Parts: sequence; C-alpha cells; structure tokens
Amino acid sequence: MNILTLVRQVPDAEARVKISQQAVDLDGTTLVVDGMDEYGVEEALRMRESGAGVEQIIALAIGPKRNEDALRTALAMGVDRAIHVETNEQFDAVTLSKVVAQVAQAENVGLILVGGQEADWDSQALGAASAERLGWPQLTWTNELKLDGDTLSGRHDVDDGNESFRVTLPAVVTTQQGLNEPRYPTLPNIMKAKKKELRKDDAASYGLQARVRTVGAEIQTRARRNTMIDGKDPQAAAAQLLELLRNEAKVLA
Amino acid sequence: MILIVAEHAAGKLGKATLEMVTAARESGREGPITVLVLGQNVSAIATEAAAVADQVLVADLPQLATYNAETWAAAATQIAQEGEAHTVIIGGSRSGREYAPRVAVKLDAPYLEDVTSLKASGAALQGQRYTYLARVTETVEAEGPVVVVTVKPGSFAAATPAGAAGEQYDVELTLPAPRVEITGKSVEKSSRVALTEADVIVTGGRGVGSPENFSKYVEGLADALGAGVGATRAVVDAGWRPYAEQVGQTGKTVQPGAYIALGVSGAVQHLSGMGKSKNIIAINKDAEAPIFKVADYGIVGDINEIVPALIEASKR
Ligand SMILES: Cc1cc2nc3c(=O)[nH]c(=O)nc-3n(C[C@H](O)[C@H](O)[C@H](O)COP(=O)(O)OP(=O)(O)OC[C@H]3O[C@@H](n4cnc5c(N)ncnc54)[C@H](O)[C@@H]3O)c2cc1C
Repeated sequence: MNILTLVRQVPDAEARVKISQQAVDLDGTTLVVDGMDEYGVEEALRMRESGAGVEQIIALAIGPKRNEDALRTALAMGVDRAIHVETNEQFDAVTLSKVVAQVAQAENVGLILVGGQEADWDSQALGAASAERLGWPQLTWTNELKLDGDTLSGRHDVDDGNESFRVTLPAVVTTQQGLNEPRYPTLPNIMKAKKKELRKDDAASYGLQARVRTVGAEIQTRARRNTMIDGKDPQAAAAQLLELLRNEAKVLA
Repeated sequence: MILIVAEHAAGKLGKATLEMVTAARESGREGPITVLVLGQNVSAIATEAAAVADQVLVADLPQLATYNAETWAAAATQIAQEGEAHTVIIGGSRSGREYAPRVAVKLDAPYLEDVTSLKASGAALQGQRYTYLARVTETVEAEGPVVVVTVKPGSFAAATPAGAAGEQYDVELTLPAPRVEITGKSVEKSSRVALTEADVIVTGGRGVGSPENFSKYVEGLADALGAGVGATRAVVDAGWRPYAEQVGQTGKTVQPGAYIALGVSGAVQHLSGMGKSKNIIAINKDAEAPIFKVADYGIVGDINEIVPALIEASKR
C-alpha cells in the first residue's frame, strides 16, 4: 500500500503578516512546513518503521513554487518521492481536494495523511473533501494511530471528548499535535533527498476552477483598553479589577 | 430555503443553532428558515428549534443516535436537495467542520468555512473569516445554486423567537452504514459551562505553578464567577489539565465576554484561540509579557497574591 502525505509551506507562526492590495503579501516572510502536516509525514514514516505493509510514501504539495521547500523537507524526513502541482492561483480547499483525489487514485494510495488545520487559511476542509471525492471514510483530529494490515485503529478528538476507532483502509486521516514528535532531517538525509524524485505536474490537467473568491483582507487589531492596574496591593487591585469588569466592561453581574 | 443543521447535546438545543438562525436572518437570503434536527429522541430539541425557525424537519432515528460524518453529510445533502435549499448552514464545531466539506462536494457547491459574518452581495454570498492564525480577517464570497457555510461559534447573537413557532415535519432519510467503528468513548465531563458556550472563561497558564495551584486559583476563581475553565498548551502538555480545556490554534477557539488569563504568556498560537474575546484580562508578574499587548485590563502581579484576593472579593 502507498501512503500520500500532504504538505504546505506557510508563514512561520511568529512571522509578521502584511497586507498589500487587499491580500496577504508573503514577500519576505519566513516560511516553514505547516506543523500540522509534519505530524502526518512523521506518522507515515513511523507506520513503515513499525513493520506495517507500506510500500511507498509520497508527499504532495499544491500551490506556488515555495512549496518545493516543504516537499524537500518531507523528502529529507524520509518520504520516497514528491509531487508538486504548481500553481499561483489560489484555490479553496474543496477545489484542491480534486487534485488530492486524482493523485490518490493514480498513485494507488490506501491512506492519506493531512494536517488537521492549515496555519495560513485556518481551513479544516481538505481532508474531509478529499475523502468525499474518493468515497472514503475519514478520521479527523487523530492523536493516536496504529496500522495493522489494512486495519487502522486509534484515537481522535470529537466535540465532547475523544473516541477510539477502527476502520478498514482506504481512509483519510487528519493529524494534530500530540500524535507524535516529528523528526528533524539529518544532514545525510538532506543530501540523499536531493537525489529523490520531485515531479512537477501541470495544474491545468486537474481541471480546477476556483469557487471561492477572496475580495478583501485586513489585519485584525481590535482596539484594546489596556488599562493597567498596579498589583502591589493585591486587595486593592482585586477590588479595582472587579469594579471595572462590573461597571465599565459590564461583563460581570 | 435556508437549511440549518441543528447542533444539540444532552437533549438540548445548542447555542450554536440559535446563532445560525441569526446568521440566516441577517444574511438577506430569501426563503423560509428551516432547521433540520438529526438524532434520536429529539422531540424536545425540535420544539426548542421551532420557537425560532419557520419550519423544523425532524429525523428521529436510531441510526442517528450518535454523530457520524458520513451519515450527517448524507442526511444534510438529501434534505438540501429535496427542499431545494440555496443556502446550507452548519455549525463551526469540530464535527460541523468535519462533515460540511462532504456536503459541499456532494452538492457540488462552494464552501464558505467558519465565517463570522454572512450577507448576500448580488448573486453571491459573502462572509468574513479569520486566517493566518486569526491575525487576518478575509472577506470571501461564492455563488451558486447552493452554497454551504459553516458559522464560527460565538460570532452571532442567539436568536430569539420572532413570530409564531414553526411547523414541525418528520422526514425520511436514506442513510449509508457508518464505516468507522467506534470502540470506545471518553466524554470529558465538566460540571462547568462548556468553553464554547461560556460567557466568562478563566484560563491558567504555566505561571500558575502546579496542578494544585491550578485547582486552587483557576478553578477557584471560575467557580466564584460561574465561569468556564481553559488552559494553555504548556499546561496540557505538562499533564496538569485535559486537552478538552486547551485554548488556541490546536485547541478550542473561544470568544467570551470576558477572558481572564492567569500566568499566560500570550504566545501567538494561544492568542489565535482567544484573541477575539470581547474583554481580555491578564494577570502576569512580567510586565513585558505579550499578553498585556492584547489586554483590556491587566494586573502586573503574582498569581499567588492577586488571585486569592480576587476570589475573596468576588464572593462579596
Ligand atoms: C504548532 C503549535 C501549536 C500550538 N498550539 C497551542 C495552543 O493551541 N494553545 C496554546 O496555549 N499554545 C499552543 N502552542 C504553544 C505556545 O507556543 C506556547 O508555548 C504556550 O502557549 C505557552 O503557554 P504558557 O503561556 O502557559 O506558558 P509560558 O510561556 O511558560 O508562560 C508562563 C507565563 O506565566 C508568567 N508567570 C510565571 N509565574 C507567575 C506568577 N507567580 N504570577 C504571575 N505570572 C507568572 C510568566 O511571566 C509567563 O509569562 C502551540 C505551539 C506550536 C508550535
């Protein structure tokens, strides 16, 4: 069985985001592999290392040229080959799932691993939409996974707690913090990765048509009162805070 | 029609459903506001929903006793098609954002995810959503015979009855057999208000010092104020608190009236989950802590001294 892992290159969490012409401008911004996706890459590698019948692990990125770096990182972590569907057009997650589904079918994939939420678009839709296009079940927000033959079991978060589950592959799984600790690529592996295949696919061949338009973007800063209270006299500070919360902010009865 | 899929838990209609009704009313989209209630033994929930909707469709079936992404997606899709819905509104909960994309694919509809506003703009439906760890607000729009939307919890006021209660109708559904087998479930029970429903939240960070102090100070203050309890990832990773309480990028997103952060540094990943709170109150001994930059009220001081005084004073 082959595993498909999705990776994206996103701004570093601490990087400043700026807007120009009603859109987020990433020029000069420090970019990194989306941390949520790294959990998926790591988990695929661990499944193979634990002796599950994993033939190939393929990393897929869809988007601008910068995503090559995310694919190089995945290759250096240990995936076997990479596919980059390069496009500068911004597609929503439901549209992008068309590419994921087509690649999964062409590459004979039995399991897709993708980050639970994207650190740039804050979207959680790619995994679920890909699963629907393929007619596969999905497990989201997983924090424990075990592959035994074609049975995948594990644990994931749900609205009111967490569940243990079992499912027969094929399936789509979204990953999150707590699943594992992603490895750092070692220098020898970074060197080896340079020789691995990074295939470029033509986005046009996937028949994409963006369905969601972004018509504006703004940096969100809510004006805050920034009223500072001196904490040297704890009783006085506590009384003053409660008074402000009751009578100025009106958030306490 | 506008189709809203109800969120409910423990036999009660969730606040999220009332918020979705407001989103539908404010959207300017025409047609009856229809709430679909999926579950088992849901007649009381349907009656609650009828108070705010033009009509309520009820699927009271054993197969719907527990949520499943594939079943829910099939049910919502079938009703949207039969009722010729032009707008399908689903809650922005973990489960809502899990099955809504499947509905969008099934209906071949564009999907506006986790919006905080909703309005018709010509033929298009327009919404705002937070991106880049909630640091950016983007305005997005889509058009089509039908558009699927999830609504971020806490973004709209809860709807109150406007006019007579809507009629209730039973619906028949053809549902797929769930393929995911649930082998165990652990419900994180809390005697407190759920974080996403709480109007006041007290959150503890590593600065609280220990699990014992967390109980004493964070839970103590929450009890005194009738508030929900939150935690930072540092606290969850240290095993002091359950993951269900984590607020942030990889935890819950909350927007209470008041968010009281005790010993929380204010890392971007934390801010992305609570930065939209109406009032942020921070207590931290480090005057330079980034949390103060987003605070409405801040006390520079030691948790061990300030919080007991606060608990004492709030009881008066
Ligand atoms: C991919 C990723 C996802 C993440 N997701 C999340 C998330 O969802 N939620 C989240 O919270 N974090 C998340 N983080 C972690 C985040 O970056 C921070 O590490 C974390 O929020 C810090 O928690 P903290 O503020 O409790 O601890 P610290 O950063 O250790 O801060 C403790 C604070 O307490 C103060 N303090 C200490 N003692 C006292 C005292 N006696 N009285 C008063 N103040 C005191 C200190 O001055 C300090 O400001 C994520 C990180 C990554 C990389």
